[in-house]
Amino acid sequence: MSTITAEALSATTLLRFATAGSVDDGKSTLVGRLLHDSKSVLVDQLEAVERASASRGQEAPDLALLTDGLRAEREQGITIDVAYRYFATPRRRFILADTPGHVQYTRNMVTGASTAELTVVLVDARNGVVEQTRRHAAIAALLRVPHVVLAVNKMDLVGYEERVFAAIAEEFTAYATELGVPEVTAIPISALAGDNVVDASPRTDWYGGPTVLEHLETVPVSHDLAHCHARLPVQYVIRPQTAELPDYRGYAGQIASGTFRVGEEVTVLPSGRTSRIAGIDLLGEPVDVAWTTQSVTVLLADDVDVSRGDLIVPSKDAPATTQDVEATVCHVADQPLTVGHRVLLKHGTRTVKAIVKDIPSRLTLADLSLHPHPGTLAANDIGRVKIRTAEPLPVDSYADSRRTGSFILIDPADGTTLTAGMVGESFAAPEPVTEADDDGWDF
Amino acid sequence: MTTVAEVTGGGEGTDSPYALSHLDALESEAVHIFREVAGEFENPVILFSGGKDSIVMLHLALKAFAPAAVPFALLHVDTGHNFPEVLEYRDRVVAAHGLRLHVASVQDYIDRGVLKERPDGTRNPLQTLPLTEKIQSERFDAVFGGGRRDEEKARAKERVFSLRDEFSQWDPRRQRPELWNLYNGRHAPGEHVRVFPLSNWTELDVWQYIAREKIELPEIYFAHEREVFSRSGMWLTAGEWGGPKETEPVQTRLVRYRTVGDMSCTGAVDSDATTLEAVITEIAASRLTERGATRADDKLSEAAMEDRKREGYF
Repeated sequence: MSTITAEALSATTLLRFATAGSVDDGKSTLVGRLLHDSKSVLVDQLEAVERASASRGQEAPDLALLTDGLRAEREQGITIDVAYRYFATPRRRFILADTPGHVQYTRNMVTGASTAELTVVLVDARNGVVEQTRRHAAIAALLRVPHVVLAVNKMDLVGYEERVFAAIAEEFTAYATELGVPEVTAIPISALAGDNVVDASPRTDWYGGPTVLEHLETVPVSHDLAHCHARLPVQYVIRPQTAELPDYRGYAGQIASGTFRVGEEVTVLPSGRTSRIAGIDLLGEPVDVAWTTQSVTVLLADDVDVSRGDLIVPSKDAPATTQDVEATVCHVADQPLTVGHRVLLKHGTRTVKAIVKDIPSRLTLADLSLHPHPGTLAANDIGRVKIRTAEPLPVDSYADSRRTGSFILIDPADGTTLTAGMVGESFAAPEPVTEADDDGWDF
Repeated sequence: MTTVAEVTGGGEGTDSPYALSHLDALESEAVHIFREVAGEFENPVILFSGGKDSIVMLHLALKAFAPAAVPFALLHVDTGHNFPEVLEYRDRVVAAHGLRLHVASVQDYIDRGVLKERPDGTRNPLQTLPLTEKIQSERFDAVFGGGRRDEEKARAKERVFSLRDEFSQWDPRRQRPELWNLYNGRHAPGEHVRVFPLSNWTELDVWQYIAREKIELPEIYFAHEREVFSRSGMWLTAGEWGGPKETEPVQTRLVRYRTVGDMSCTGAVDSDATTLEAVITEIAASRLTERGATRADDKLSEAAMEDRKREGYF
C-alpha cells in the first residue's frame, strides 16, 4: 500500500459528496470500489466482508457489503438510509453520503444532497437514461448541488463502446442543463472491474477525461464568496460575567455564507437594529475578517439587544423580512403534510410557529409534471407550499444561499421532522449551452 | 488590517483561498453543534471517559464558549476497571477547568446486586444501566458522546442528534432526517437526545487535531512497557480485574493503546510510537480499524454494535 505521511495529510481540504443509485446500478459496488481502491478499507473490515460473502456462497468478496450497515439492509439486500462514509487520499478528505435510489427513498437522497457539493448519478450503460436517472438529476438541481458527475456504469457489458457512452452523456447533460445544473462531468466506468474509478482504464482509450477519484480530488470545493450575501445566525450569547470580563457580550455562530469584517456596519434581524463589528474572535484568535463556514464570536460596538435566533447581516446587504414564505419542499415524514397544518418552522437558529396556508402543486420529479392542489403531501413527495409564520423571518432565496434559504418544518406535538423546505423558485434558469470541446467528455 | 489575499484557509491547487482545511471545517462543525445544544437544551452533559475522543470533545467545548466557562457538566461511567493513568488525568482536567463531574459507577451496581459480573469479566456491556439511570435521575436532556460514524457500520447511519426514549433505546427507524445544518432537538419529557459532535471525524482526524492543538493525553496512548497477556488475539493488561488465567502467560512488551475503555476488554497494540507524530504515522499506515484491533466486545457478532446501541449503549 502507499504510505500516507502525517505531513501530507495535514493541510487537505474536505469534499462532501453524495451518491444516488439502486443496487442494480452497482452503486454500492462503486462506493465499495472507491473505499477499497483508495486503500480506505482496512484488513478487518475486508475480512468481515469475505466471511459474509463466503457464508452466502459468493466466490469473490461482495464490495457492496462494505456499505450496507444495518441488519435489515443486509437481510433484504437494500440500502434504506443515508450512510456516511469517510475516506482520504493525500489530496483530499471525503465525506460521502451514500443514499438509496428508488422513489420511496427520495427523502434520503434529498437529505444526502442537502450538504453535498457534488453528487454522483449512476446509470447502467445497457439501459441509459431512465426515469430514475431523471429523478436524480432533478434532485441535484432542486438542492442546488454545484457539481454533478454522471457515472455511466457497466461499460464492460456494452463492450466499452464509445458511442453508447456518448449518447447517454449527451442526453443526460442536455436534461440536467435544462434544469439549471451548472456543471455535469460524464465518466465511463465499470465499478465491478474497476475501470476509471480510481485508475484510468486501458479499455476506454477513447476517453480523455478524469477518473471518478481524480475528479473528486480536483473539483473546486468552495465558491467565489465575494458574490455571496454575508449571513451570521446567532446561536448563543457568550457572557462570562467574571471579574476580568464583566461586560463581555459575544454573539456566537457559524457564518452561513459570505464574509464579515471588523468595522463593518451590520443590522440585526428581525429587529432591524444597527451597529458596527468591533471584533471577531475565531475560536480564541482575534481576526479582522472571517468567512463561511467558520464558527466565530462577533463583538458589536453598541449595546444592542441580540439573542439566539437573530441574524446578523451587513447593513448594505440585508434581506427583507417576511411572514409569508413560498418554497419547494420535500416531505420527509411518514405522516402527511396538509393545508391548515400548524407546525414549527426552524430557519437558521430561529424556530417560530407557522401554518401551512396552501399546497399549490405537487411535482413528479421523473417527468417534472405538476399536479395542482393535491391537498396533502405524503412521504417523499416534492411540492410547492405557502407558509404563514407567526413572526417575521429574514429568509433568502435558496438559489442565493443554501443555508439561509432553507428550513425544516417540525410537528409541535411529537417533534417529528416533517418537511425540508427551499425558499423561492424550484429550479434555476438554464445556463446558456456551450459547445463541448473535443478533448474530453466534460460536457 | 489584514487583507483577504493574505489570509489563506490552507487550501491548494484548485481550491479558493476561502476553502477551509479539513480540520478547520470539522472543528467549526463541532463547535456549531455544541452551541446549538447550549442554545436549545436545559441540562446537557458531556460523556467523559478520559479517552481521546472525549478529551477532544471537551477541548472543542472549551473553545466554543471561551472566554466564558463550558456550560455543561461531565459524566463519567466508571466501570471499576479503569486505567489509573486515565482517572488521574480525568481529575486533573476537571480541577484545571473548574468543571462539575458526575460519576455513574458500575461497581456500585455490582455491589448492590443489581448487575452481575459476566463470566468473561467484561464490563463494557454493564455500563448501559448505570448510564441510563444517571441520565434519568439527573434529568439530563442532551448527552454528548464522542462516537464517530467511521468506527463501525451501525454508527455510519447514526444522526448527529439522536433521539432516545426513557429507556435510552435507539430505534434506527425512528431517527429524524438531518438536512443542511438544521438539527431538530425536540423531545418529550423523559426522552433525551444523544449528540455526537465528532460524527464526521475519523480516527486520523482526531489524532491530527490533537497534534495541531497540542492537547495533552493520558500516557497510555503512547508506547510504554507493560505487563500483558494474550487473549482473543489482543494484548490485555495483567491486573486485579480478572486476568490472566493460569494458561495465559504474562510478558512485558512495548505497547500503546488506541482506545481507552474497560481494562477487561481494551487491548494494547505493539508499538514504539512515543510521540504524537509517530502515532499519526503509525495510524496512517495501519491496516486495522481501532475497534477491530482493540475491542473484544465488537467481535461478538456481525451486528454486535447495532444491538448494543438499540439498548442504550453510547
